[in-house]
Amino acid sequence: MIHLTINGLAVSVEEGATVLEAARFYGMPIPTLCHMDGLSPYGACRLCVVEIGEGPRAKMVTSCTYPAEEGLTVRTASDRVIRARKMILELLLASCPQSRTIQDLAAAHDVRQQRFRQEHDDCILCGLCVRMCEEQMMAKAIGFRHRGEKRDIGTPFDKHSEECRLCGGCMYVCPACQLRCTYTDTENAVCGGCANLAPPCVDKDPFDDMMCSMAPCVACEIKTD
Amino acid sequence: MEAQVDRKEVLAIVAKHDTRSGGLIAMLEDVQEAYGYLPEEALRIVAQAANRSLVDVYGVATFYKAFSLQPRGKHHVCACLGTACHVRGAPMVVEELERQLEIEDGETTADGEFTLETVSCLGACALGPIVVVDGVYHSKVNGAAVKGILESVKTASEPDEEAAPMETEDVTSAAV
Repeated sequence: MIHLTINGLAVSVEEGATVLEAARFYGMPIPTLCHMDGLSPYGACRLCVVEIGEGPRAKMVTSCTYPAEEGLTVRTASDRVIRARKMILELLLASCPQSRTIQDLAAAHDVRQQRFRQEHDDCILCGLCVRMCEEQMMAKAIGFRHRGEKRDIGTPFDKHSEECRLCGGCMYVCPACQLRCTYTDTENAVCGGCANLAPPCVDKDPFDDMMCSMAPCVACEIKTD
Repeated sequence: MEAQVDRKEVLAIVAKHDTRSGGLIAMLEDVQEAYGYLPEEALRIVAQAANRSLVDVYGVATFYKAFSLQPRGKHHVCACLGTACHVRGAPMVVEELERQLEIEDGETTADGEFTLETVSCLGACALGPIVVVDGVYHSKVNGAAVKGILESVKTASEPDEEAAPMETEDVTSAAV
């Protein structure tokens, strides 16, 4: 067992556990976007930052990738951590202002303003879909391509990949696109649920830019709003 | 100008390198050497033979600026736009190259003779601005020297002249 201090509380966890796992096990919430049980930690979204160490030697690390060490002092919600997290959320929100997950997280963390230009990237490059495809679906149909500001996720040569089984796992885990409704592009639609079910309550034109996760039906939600 | 990919040739290239780790970049370099660019078919063969997923191979091929997935012209003109070259007027040199060749950065001339590319540093900053044409480094290039460089390449590549690439007097070559 490894003994460490989280938010002043002396705790012990099994060897090999990450700081995130330790904190969550003892009921200290740390927000995450790119972390998912069953997928390897990646440390892309930086939301899970925590402060470790003391005084001038204190530093910020991503708790999802940092292994719990003997005698480590961790602060999951110090001023510095909260400030960093809010900034990260504001930046994420600027790149994907339409993401419901990010909106909810931002609201929960009291992000009240948006000082950056909205990019509408529909992707935060968290790599969840890439890891899902490789590690859970054993397909490796999609991956990171290009680099720098051109970096994106997709299939090689932008062609339909032979490895892809249209399982939809990538969209299921995506915090930014969340089964982006593909009704207007039925040929390539993975789900096509709304098109098949043809909900009579919907005028289909405004579906163009909507998130659809079918349960509950977004269109119906909007209707009742 | 899609190249015809010879499966045997690509397999021979893959066989020369370590397929387990680190060898991928060397393989792709050799494939590019053979075809002038990385044809889609060749990448698929490399992925299969090296037991890598196509996504990984494609990711590496698109990550590095040295690799091209588009067929390139006979002559490869590469201008450095790194910080040192930039402050010494590399943007003007690139502009002049674009004007002379009548193409934009990253494009190939209609006759398939020249491809213009820019890179972010060649590691020879003291010699900047640098223009590399077919592996020959031209240092301290200015707008006026561009024409000479392009002319020298054209004359050097004429069939009756087997000599080394010509260089204008204010232009020296440097190895990296």
